[in-house]
Amino acid sequence: MTLPSRERGLDLLRQMTLIRRFEEKAAELYTVGKIRGFLHLYIGEEAVAVGAMQALTPDDNVVATYREHGQALARGIPPGAVMAEMYGKANGCSRGRGGSMHLFDVSRRFHGGHAIVGGGLPVAVGLALADAMQKRAAVTACFFGDGAVAEGAFAESLNLAALWRLPVLFVCENNLYAMGTALARHQAQTDIVRKAEAAGVPGEAVDGMDVLAVEAATRRATASARGGQGPRLLEARTYRFRAHSMYDPDLYRGKDEIERWKANDPIVRFIAALRAAGRLVDADLAAIERSVAAEVDAAVAEAEAGPWEPVEDLLKDVYTPPGRR
Amino acid sequence: MTKMTYREAARSALREALRSDPRVFLMGEDVGRYGGAFAVSHGLLAEFGPERVRDTPLSENTFVGAGVGAALGGMRPIVEVMTVNFSLLCLDQVVNNAATLRHMSGGQLSIPLVVRMATGAGRQLAAQHSHSLEGWYAHIPGIKVVAPGTADDARALLLAALREPDPVFVFEHSALYPMEGEVDEAAGPGEIGRAVVRRAGTDLTVITYGGSLPKTLVAADLLAAEGIAAEVIDLRSLRPLDTATILASIARTHRALVVDEGWRTGSFAAEVSARIMEGGFYDLDGPVQRLCSAEVPMPYAKHMEDAALPQPATIAAAARAMLGRDG
Repeated sequence: MTLPSRERGLDLLRQMTLIRRFEEKAAELYTVGKIRGFLHLYIGEEAVAVGAMQALTPDDNVVATYREHGQALARGIPPGAVMAEMYGKANGCSRGRGGSMHLFDVSRRFHGGHAIVGGGLPVAVGLALADAMQKRAAVTACFFGDGAVAEGAFAESLNLAALWRLPVLFVCENNLYAMGTALARHQAQTDIVRKAEAAGVPGEAVDGMDVLAVEAATRRATASARGGQGPRLLEARTYRFRAHSMYDPDLYRGKDEIERWKANDPIVRFIAALRAAGRLVDADLAAIERSVAAEVDAAVAEAEAGPWEPVEDLLKDVYTPPGRR
Repeated sequence: MTKMTYREAARSALREALRSDPRVFLMGEDVGRYGGAFAVSHGLLAEFGPERVRDTPLSENTFVGAGVGAALGGMRPIVEVMTVNFSLLCLDQVVNNAATLRHMSGGQLSIPLVVRMATGAGRQLAAQHSHSLEGWYAHIPGIKVVAPGTADDARALLLAALREPDPVFVFEHSALYPMEGEVDEAAGPGEIGRAVVRRAGTDLTVITYGGSLPKTLVAADLLAAEGIAAEVIDLRSLRPLDTATILASIARTHRALVVDEGWRTGSFAAEVSARIMEGGFYDLDGPVQRLCSAEVPMPYAKHMEDAALPQPATIAAAARAMLGRDG
């Protein structure tokens, strides 16, 4: 791996560490009932969101899944707004209507938080269509998991994006399990890049545990999509260290397999690379952990202090009020 | 006023929208080169080009979802799903995205999306091409549902849909496309959420919409010849539903018959009946009655299909029975 400058390297590390510590805190808050509903942790997959997001501009669109804390934080949604959303508070980024699975921030073109597997792909195609028709140079990055490749929406969306040469970057976060079903147990063709190519979408598989490799691959793909060459697919090979959700007893995969992947922890690995190159010393690590801990504490405080949406507002925003758009 | 068909009236609205707003575009199965499965978009490809009149693959879920995305991205998409039967393949995008994203995002998003589709039976197309499922759609908060029953409304309600900041589903009854009517092309958009009294009467109120409206008006003529004055309400909009117009009529006539091409069980007619019970019970001289389609998959043979659907004769018979005039 070609290492970036010390400053950029530390920034990438800080972003991945923020996601990791933020989610560890979220898991803890879940056990004490501060966060309810479904909570899907991204721990282990941080290099994908952080790496991919480096290649996007503020004008680009992001469409994500229900496992999207990493994308949300890497896109710059303030941790306090994300944590408050998980608390269900009105200062959450979706006013407490969405929770963990439905983070939105239109100012950052972060269009959810989609919890029907594959449901975000058609929306991403439409966002890219709107950009293309309005002659904007933006790209729409659409994240989804390996489970989504089984959905009709995957085949349909890749085809339509390719047919109309739309600037969509399909990012398949292949963590090997659709909830508890391994890829090989639900797909005859397990090579996701080949599936994309069959739809006319050039694809590339990348080591999803390597933040720099993900960033580089995303830059290649977005440059191509931005250049009017149509959609691209990136298969980021990754692994979630935690269970599917807080309800999942994780019975479908072996402990040894989990341990093997943990040995390839994207954060530990990146620290080692930076350290070996002399671009990180222990004091840097301590400083990052300190600043991230403070940020997570502040996010929790913001969520705790946030107001509940008044019950009188229950029916607000089912429809757009007259005169507003 | 110009005499034109329901089909031409819908096309008139599409053309006006495409001409007046560069954000508007039409996409769907066979809307371009074929000219629309029901010829509604005939000629629009030649006039507006393939950027704005887009033929799509047979991927209902994705092109409706792409309509959601394009609306989020600042466009005003009109998506044509060929018929309501095929719209079952896009329900995920309708129910989970189009209807939810505004509320679920805390009001950050608006989805100015218009989805048009043909609905209804009466053309001997058998069980998979004859559904009337607009009542299902009307169940869903977050979207609006209209069903024009006249040529003028085929134009006015489509223009109204395009003015809305939220998703509107327009159900055009496939048997009405060749029906002629007077259309005011100079008139602006109609009003979504307002029912109209199509025929005034004093003896009972018949509440209907869409493909059953012309049949109900024929039935009202039959009844008038027998001295029964039926008031006919055209709902036009299923969501929002204009309960006030219904209740005001019941307060005058004291009897209500709901005619709906959907199946009876769990039907839109049941919703109308419940609203009358909730808001007009003490105005009623007798129970609300419903005339719906027979609860069978639609048969192909003409005599069987005719028997399955509300018809002028059966509507008139239901009205007579309510008035104790069984003949």
